[in-house]
Amino acid sequence: MNPSDSPTSAATTQATAPLLESRDLHVRYGAINALNGVSLRVMPGQIVSLIGANGAGKTTLLKTISALHRAKTGDILYNGESIRNLAPHEIVRRGLCHVPEGRMVFANLTVQENLQMGAYLLTDRKVVAQELDYVFTTFPRLKERLHQMSGTLSGGEQQMLAIGRALMGKPRFLMLDEPSLGIAPLLVKAIFEKIVQINREHGITILLVEQNANLALEIAHHAYVMETGVIALKGESRELRANPDVKAAYLGGR
Amino acid sequence: MSQFLQQLINGLALGSIYALIALGYTMVYGVLRFINFAHSDVLMLGAFAAYFLNPSIERTFGPQSIPGALLVVLLSALICAALGILIEILAYRPLRNRPKLTVLITAIGVSLFIEYTCQHRSVFRAETRPFPNLFPSRDFQWLGLAVNSNDLVVLAATAVLLTALWFIVQRTKTGTAMRAVAFNPQAAALMGININRVISFTFGLGSALAAIAGILYALKARGIEPLMGVTPGLRAFTAAVLGGIGNLPGAALGGFVLGALETFAGGIPAISNYRDGIAFALLILILLFRPAGLLGKPQTEKV
Ligand SMILES: Nc1ncnc2c1ncn2[C@@H]1O[C@H](COP(=O)(O)OP(=O)(O)OP(=O)(O)O)[C@@H](O)[C@H]1O
Ligand SMILES: [Mg+2]
Repeated sequence: MNPSDSPTSAATTQATAPLLESRDLHVRYGAINALNGVSLRVMPGQIVSLIGANGAGKTTLLKTISALHRAKTGDILYNGESIRNLAPHEIVRRGLCHVPEGRMVFANLTVQENLQMGAYLLTDRKVVAQELDYVFTTFPRLKERLHQMSGTLSGGEQQMLAIGRALMGKPRFLMLDEPSLGIAPLLVKAIFEKIVQINREHGITILLVEQNANLALEIAHHAYVMETGVIALKGESRELRANPDVKAAYLGGR
Repeated sequence: MSQFLQQLINGLALGSIYALIALGYTMVYGVLRFINFAHSDVLMLGAFAAYFLNPSIERTFGPQSIPGALLVVLLSALICAALGILIEILAYRPLRNRPKLTVLITAIGVSLFIEYTCQHRSVFRAETRPFPNLFPSRDFQWLGLAVNSNDLVVLAATAVLLTALWFIVQRTKTGTAMRAVAFNPQAAALMGININRVISFTFGLGSALAAIAGILYALKARGIEPLMGVTPGLRAFTAAVLGGIGNLPGAALGGFVLGALETFAGGIPAISNYRDGIAFALLILILLFRPAGLLGKPQTEKV
């Protein structure tokens, strides 16, 4: 479960240009500066973790990349193309999917309908069936709950649905915002294993926002530490795990 | 007993029309969380569209032919769908992220604008015009009841439209996207759903239903004028609230309940002058005990 131990993975060999890059992003909410010049790069095939305290601006960064918020200045490049002025659905069309904070499953829709919405842009039924198969092998629980209203799923099941729904869109790049939020530790472990599996088996590049820094650093190739709207530290996650400041602030001391 | 059945048929026919209009209010509320007051004017425009289309279509199909009438209805619905979409794009979309009160007041403004423009001498003028019988119409006796064939047209049209709407909303991808947008537009956008397109679709669908309801209303009233939408619009809006605003089956149910109440109260001579008062008093009572409406779920709405 530790990709940084396997330097021969696709991630490190083919990495030349970043798949996603934010350049000096500034984002405001009224008078509040939520992002103060955030630059970050994610290489294709990697898992990159973004950790930081509450209110650091992690969710804001993901929402800005997905165009749910607009940056005041700065640019966002995906696959070499600026996506800063695109609408959210145009960004999804390029294979950049986002599992939002708090899951946001459509509680008024069944599990099946949620998954169908995840595949909204896919027109080929065969591809949709393929993706559905993949989601069911990844999260067998969802198959059992297919006709249940999503609002009545447990928190863990809703998280599986949120991730499964994003996978239905056949993403090339997946952003996950706190998948461990409000979930029992054992299940968190299982979900993180799935995240690694998604990355390894399907070559999906992942940007992971997490409060649980231990786990986040364990599965990531690279990581960024965010503090009040700026990137405070970055590097290989191995290095960051050994960094005394990171240890003290995010990894529970020692 | 036959008196009761008679009123029931009248009530159902009137309620059908309210139901068709109420669905438009409730669908728009579902995706945008405001009341589109111009909806009642779209139904008036639907009736006028049919009025102006009918002569030329009669010339080809002959008077009161069923295919001709259906064509008139279909074209009017399409025209109004386009108008509804246009109203949203021009008036409401620029205010999408403004406070809902701003949008609500704009909606009232759009409504007044349409009403008074249409009353102008060079447009439709204010006076009532006789509305043609689009369908072959006759009165007949059935189990001792006096039935007008137009009432049957209204009931049949409503049954077909409610079924079609149910199918669209529950069984198609676009309908599912509508429900997704209604629940959480941001999450829907992250699925790759084009929110604006879904909103346009919603306005188009609601306006088409309103146009058909307007024609059916005109058939019953036998006349049309630019303010003809105001009363049924208000009743249908009430019906939507009664059923639980944002809830589709609720809007239909609310329409039938209100139509029946109004008809039954109107049928009792001692109270017939107070029929609106009685209908609304009952509405207030129901809302006192079920604030979210008959089928509405108690609000657990998050921002
Ligand atoms: N819609 C908003 N309006 C005003 N301020 C906001 C809004 N959303 C976020 N903020 C502010 O922006 C800052 C960054 O918030 P953000 O949600 O990005 O933090 P975060 O790093 O995701 O925190 P957490 O770990 O608690 O999820 C916070 O100070 C927050 O209060
Ligand atoms: Mg957050």
